[in-house]
Amino acid sequence: MTASPHVRSGTVLPVRVELARQLRRPRTLVVYGLLVLLPLIVVAAVKLGPSASSDPGSRRFGGGSLDLVGLATSGAWNFCITMLFFATGFLLVLVTAVFLGDTVAGEAQWGTLRYLLAAPVPRGRLLGVKLVVGLLSTAGGLFLLIVVSYGVGLLAFGSGPLASPAGGVYDGWDAAARVMVIAVFIMLSLLFTAGIAFLMTVSTDVPLGAVGAALIIVIVSSILDAIEALGDLRQWLPTDYTNAWVGALSPQIDWSQMARGATYSAVAFVVLVAVAFVRFARKDVLS
Amino acid sequence: MSRAPWLGRVGGLPALLGGLLLAGSGLLPPAAQAAVPVAEAGAPVPLTIDGGPTSAADPTPVRLSADLYLPPTTPAPAVVIAHGFGGDKTDVAPQATQLADAGFVVLAYTARGFGESTGRISMNAPRYEVADARAVVSELAGTPQVLTDAPGDPRVGVTGGSYGGALALLLAGSDDRIDAVAADITWNDLQTSLFGQSRVPGGELGVFKSWWAGSFFTVGLEQPGARATPCGRFARNWCRAFDRAATRGVLTRADARLMAASSPRSVTGRITAATLIGAGQADSLFPFAQAVATYEQITAAHPRTPVKLVWHGGGHDGGAPEGERLADLMTAWMTAHLAGGPPVDTDFEVTFTDGALGADSRREPVVATMPAFPGLAGGDPTPIDLTGTATAVRAPAGGAPAAVSSFPGAGALAGLATMSPPGQSAAFDSAPVTTDTTLVGSPRVTLQLSSTREVRDVALFAQLRVVTATGTEIAPQGLVAPVRLNRLGPAPTTATVDLPAIATRVSVGDRLRVVVTTTDAAYQLPVQPAVYSVDLADRRLLLPATPGIENAQQPISPWLLLAVPLMLGVVLLAWLLRPRAPRPTQRPELSEVPVVIEGLSKSYRRGPTAVDDITFQVPPGVVLGLLGPNGAGKTTTMRMLMGLIEPSAGAIYLFGSRVHPGAEVLSRCGSLIEGAGFLPHLSGRTNLELYWRATGRSSDPRMAQVLDIAGLGGAADRKVRSYSQGMRQRLGIAQAMLGMPDLLVLDEPTNGLDPPQIREMRDVLRDYAAAGRTVVVSSHLLAEVEMTCTHVIVMNRGRVVAEGEVADLRAGGERLEDVFLGIVGNEHTVGEGR
Repeated sequence: MTASPHVRSGTVLPVRVELARQLRRPRTLVVYGLLVLLPLIVVAAVKLGPSASSDPGSRRFGGGSLDLVGLATSGAWNFCITMLFFATGFLLVLVTAVFLGDTVAGEAQWGTLRYLLAAPVPRGRLLGVKLVVGLLSTAGGLFLLIVVSYGVGLLAFGSGPLASPAGGVYDGWDAAARVMVIAVFIMLSLLFTAGIAFLMTVSTDVPLGAVGAALIIVIVSSILDAIEALGDLRQWLPTDYTNAWVGALSPQIDWSQMARGATYSAVAFVVLVAVAFVRFARKDVLS
Repeated sequence: MSRAPWLGRVGGLPALLGGLLLAGSGLLPPAAQAAVPVAEAGAPVPLTIDGGPTSAADPTPVRLSADLYLPPTTPAPAVVIAHGFGGDKTDVAPQATQLADAGFVVLAYTARGFGESTGRISMNAPRYEVADARAVVSELAGTPQVLTDAPGDPRVGVTGGSYGGALALLLAGSDDRIDAVAADITWNDLQTSLFGQSRVPGGELGVFKSWWAGSFFTVGLEQPGARATPCGRFARNWCRAFDRAATRGVLTRADARLMAASSPRSVTGRITAATLIGAGQADSLFPFAQAVATYEQITAAHPRTPVKLVWHGGGHDGGAPEGERLADLMTAWMTAHLAGGPPVDTDFEVTFTDGALGADSRREPVVATMPAFPGLAGGDPTPIDLTGTATAVRAPAGGAPAAVSSFPGAGALAGLATMSPPGQSAAFDSAPVTTDTTLVGSPRVTLQLSSTREVRDVALFAQLRVVTATGTEIAPQGLVAPVRLNRLGPAPTTATVDLPAIATRVSVGDRLRVVVTTTDAAYQLPVQPAVYSVDLADRRLLLPATPGIENAQQPISPWLLLAVPLMLGVVLLAWLLRPRAPRPTQRPELSEVPVVIEGLSKSYRRGPTAVDDITFQVPPGVVLGLLGPNGAGKTTTMRMLMGLIEPSAGAIYLFGSRVHPGAEVLSRCGSLIEGAGFLPHLSGRTNLELYWRATGRSSDPRMAQVLDIAGLGGAADRKVRSYSQGMRQRLGIAQAMLGMPDLLVLDEPTNGLDPPQIREMRDVLRDYAAAGRTVVVSSHLLAEVEMTCTHVIVMNRGRVVAEGEVADLRAGGERLEDVFLGIVGNEHTVGEGR
């Protein structure tokens, strides 16, 4: 090829540029806003609502009932853990679906996808950067939730140790390390949602459709997981391990369920993302 | 569904209250298991076997309905399977099939009084049910497919759960021909099972487990198709014994003898066969202490007899689903002791079903082992101090309302709904524990009891709870220790109580709490009201210490490692499937020609051929108009030019380089295709800046120049969302011109522009080409092309129908429009789709 002043020499679509393109989007700000709002709402509910712990009937005991409010208000670490407990079922799944499901389909809808590809950003590079930025945004959301929850919990309830409802009290670095383990596991378990959303986003030009389809698949999996009659079959559902991170609260960290959950999620992610790459590489971009 | 549990139900189906309540236990077969499908190959042979005498008055043998399962090769050792209370031979078909597959001749039969077998229920009485079992063994001795040790002595094991488990033990203790036993969730002593007494030393008759006994008895009363009778299929003496116990909570001497004869305790000293004993942690009917008694009696009498004790997570209350593990263990036990299979150790096994809260109840339980069972109290009990003061507790008149600690047989409900009416309990707490502790066995507490007035019948229920640092109270399995005193007055009475056996972990910061309650709904309670004082006679709570069991941890499945090669394989496959750049990639002789299109076609799977074999070149320095009606294939051609669409056939070269998705040469080309596309939340200027950075090009973007061309003025710093169609279009053209690329490809650039802007754009494009660059413009506006372009290519229906310089085409002095209509015809001037 002849030398030309236009031939690129820098990095095509650097991650920094993609971050700048995505982070200033209103939907990003709304999602992060929700994650900041959740701990604030819970604190407000606990502080302003009727006192649950003064009602003797609310203190149930038995083979494993959970006094969530009592747990949440015992200190910053526990508040943080409770927020994660609330968020893992749906909110973080939603966040992941938005960040990964909108990323390519959103560009298609705006009409910017064709200009990026004609820039030219090689398709593999485009997907790679999109994937990295989507996952970074999701991890950022998770991190934000943890930091805000801890901060809000610290102000509202003081710096209590991390105490598991099933027994076990952890201070300082031990607590931080366990929360770290939990955060890493949650991120890994979100990879399943991420993979579905990412496959959807390269398959459609409608971002809402991609996000919705990913959510529906995750919700259906959760519903199937709740059907006792399916028995052992359910252990193959990736959503079966959503709360496996409570294993990190045992005195001896129970890695086995986390390992399973993370592995299934990672395998599903790799397969889904591989299909997404193969599909997108040959796709006629008509948007 | 997983494989059937090892005889008797130890699975975790949450039985509903009411009718299903009974079905949830091993005692009574789940209705859904009534018809078990049996594999065609191993289909059982139905037989009828003559058992023991029908009754003392009637020596006619009962007729037992049985099924014989044959293994692939015979002769083989045999296993007799006895079913749970209320069931029949079909309940054990899954285990029978598993054993037959493992190489055993299996005989499953329906006990007398149940199903199709005749006779009446005598609760495993030696003269009746045990005699039946001996007849079954004799039948096996005469079966040619069964291996024999001596004439009339088959090589045979016996197994069963609950009612069947007791039969297995009673048979093994009364018939020398039995070579191996596996008995799960069953009783050692029927009396102490049904009349719970946790006070040590015992002596006084315990509190009647009215809920369990009633459930038990109801099943035996049922006679399908027959009128309801007071005793149903029960033998008369058992029927009367139950009536006495249920109405008055008493046991006559004769009833006690009846129960003793039906208790394995009476024969355990004679058992020499290898015995596998199972017990469930979720079992308020036959608590762990029953299995421990059996274990200790057998080992005491014959220390060299292999006896293995397994304390699993199941039981009559449901609990953890360990059926598959237990079925495999039982099969291995039989194989080891009957067929010379690999030896099975006699380690004590205990399951930990607790763990982090909210953890999945279906997760694999953690199984810990110890070489020798240390006893219920542990090897060396560790004391922990309790605090608390004498508390007055009220026993309500009529025994109601009563605390609910567990729902016998209700599975998952057990322990969840523990509730206690006010004023009925006393609690004594320990300080938070300072080390993580594993408890396996029965903690022991010594209470000091008194009553405000003399009372003749006293029932109390003690329970150990773990109170976590967050205040959650956990009552392991919801089990209570019943205590009965025949009399209690104002003078203090000391009562040492063995709390229910538990297998649990206590963490640093947890407190232990002993709760003493006057009521429990599962038991028959005294009807007289009373007020007791409950205090600690000894501040020490003795905890069973179990050194060497601390490190039980659920293993991480090694299968998970398979994920690594699996993922690598998927990545490799995706990499192999990546599209390759078409060859030849370079045509150096064309490097000076901006665009070369050769035989280009595009057809979609469903739909017309959009571009049909077009060939043309665009020389440098021209403004080329790509002209044609809507649907002529102009936009499709431009999309292929930019590598957005894969051509069906043919090739495109830009400056001698083949175009494919992401081709490097596209960086010499700026484009506007089917309207502009921008990030609506950013300003026009930011959009251009980010786009330029995304291209990775290092040359000068000429930002000021292109923004000037766009003519947005101050609007360049407003969000694109607020732009009009024309502004977006102009910004789109500006983006295409960023960095002044050698080739500019513009699809309908004048869309949305007003006439003065169109005129301005015309000049911009001419100037652009004048500097030696090339512009390709598509349009359906003929006059527009006529005025802007130097060259023109006319397309129609995907084909090039005319090409040349504008001047040549207009040689006759006609307007281009007339030329065009002459070529294309009238019919296509109105759009028809893409």
